[in-house]
Amino acid sequence: MIAGLFNYWIVIVLMMAGLYIVMSSGHLVKKIVGLNIFQTAVFILFISMGKIAGGTAPIIDSAITLYSNPLTHVLILTAIVVGVATTALGLAIAVRIHEAYDTVEEDEITAMDAQSLHEENTASLAAESDK
Amino acid sequence: MEFLINSLLLLMLVATVFAIVRLKRLMIGVMLMGFFSLLSANIFMVLDAVDVAFTEAAVGAGVSTIFFLAALAIVGRTSKPQNATRTFVPLAAVIITGALLVYASFDMPYFGSHDAPAHNHVVPRYLNDSPNEVGPPNIVTSVLASYRGYDTLGEVGVVFTAFIGVFLLLGAGTRKSGVERPAPPNVQAESMRQKVVLREVSDLLIAPVLIFALYVQWHGDFGPGGGFQAGVIFASGVILYALIYGIVPAQKVFPPRKLAYFPGIGFLLYALVGVVSMMRGGNFLDYGVLVHDPLHGQHYGILIIELGVGITVAAVMINIFFSLSERSL
Repeated sequence: MIAGLFNYWIVIVLMMAGLYIVMSSGHLVKKIVGLNIFQTAVFILFISMGKIAGGTAPIIDSAITLYSNPLTHVLILTAIVVGVATTALGLAIAVRIHEAYDTVEEDEITAMDAQSLHEENTASLAAESDK
Repeated sequence: MEFLINSLLLLMLVATVFAIVRLKRLMIGVMLMGFFSLLSANIFMVLDAVDVAFTEAAVGAGVSTIFFLAALAIVGRTSKPQNATRTFVPLAAVIITGALLVYASFDMPYFGSHDAPAHNHVVPRYLNDSPNEVGPPNIVTSVLASYRGYDTLGEVGVVFTAFIGVFLLLGAGTRKSGVERPAPPNVQAESMRQKVVLREVSDLLIAPVLIFALYVQWHGDFGPGGGFQAGVIFASGVILYALIYGIVPAQKVFPPRKLAYFPGIGFLLYALVGVVSMMRGGNFLDYGVLVHDPLHGQHYGILIIELGVGITVAAVMINIFFSLSERSL
């Protein structure tokens, strides 16, 4: 049983480590690192499910009779390239946030937002009392 | 033996991830991510997924690490230490979720089993009939480009959309491109061009990398490879040139304003094959009707759409690299 499910358990450990980084870290780039780890865990899950004991890479040859599952390979191959494109999009958003706030720490950004909201509110209150 | 190598690599992967979780210095964390990707590429290789291993090695260990480094150069290299409440709640959530997933894993078919549901349904058809229906010996290419052509068109569309997003956020080459700006003096002194070993080795490597990308592009029917891998490898050759010789010479070879059209051109080339096959009386992306012989038609169709994929992926990766690195100048 341990041999049969070992891959899946490792996948779960990796996935949870990625999720932990996303939740615990306040740094936006580190959050994207966590998402990447989570994503790679999903890749390993799919490829593990596609493996057949004694099989070989799915490239047809007359000397070979047993191939691993090509469908999971196709799904993950395209997912990897899409993954890097979306990672770059996330990084671009982090860079823009850094240009606007001069920080990418989540709690500092929230504090700045709260402060500017507070200033807006007091300004509008003052304007109303003037009327 | 195979299982032993697989388990050892997986344990190394777990060790790398724990190191990344604990690190405060993001620079090292990102470097470890490159190592993490290389390890997972090895695991894919052991698990017979040669095409996936190829892609992961080119994307994860190469291009994606560069993107992270470029972003870190802008946003700073260290993260703040977290306070205790920020670690306790996520830790509890993660342990509970992990325990539930382990409980669910007992229902999974065992690793390597021959009769798992994933191997039934459409897969036997791919394995038995694709040499007569589509042609290429590499079944991954047949499934990717022909049986699941719609799906791949969608994936190229997602890559294109992500590029549009980066383009709108950062502007690919719209700010400083085309202008020969004198580099800041301290950058000049520390330029990688001055490092003899780096310069000579990359001089040796760049041309073979680009040629290898073309080989991967056109040989994807017969061995591991195809448009996705070729695009990333080609882009990594160009990125290597830009890293060593600076972004201005690289943008002379690939002017960003013109390069920004290519993701769309590749996507449209792919879609055009579908439209042409409809005009010849077949279904969308049914390559069999392109020429008189269905197998030849499949071959031409796959070659053209793989070219479209390669153009889109390479142009997107180079563009994103230019946008990110221009911001850090």
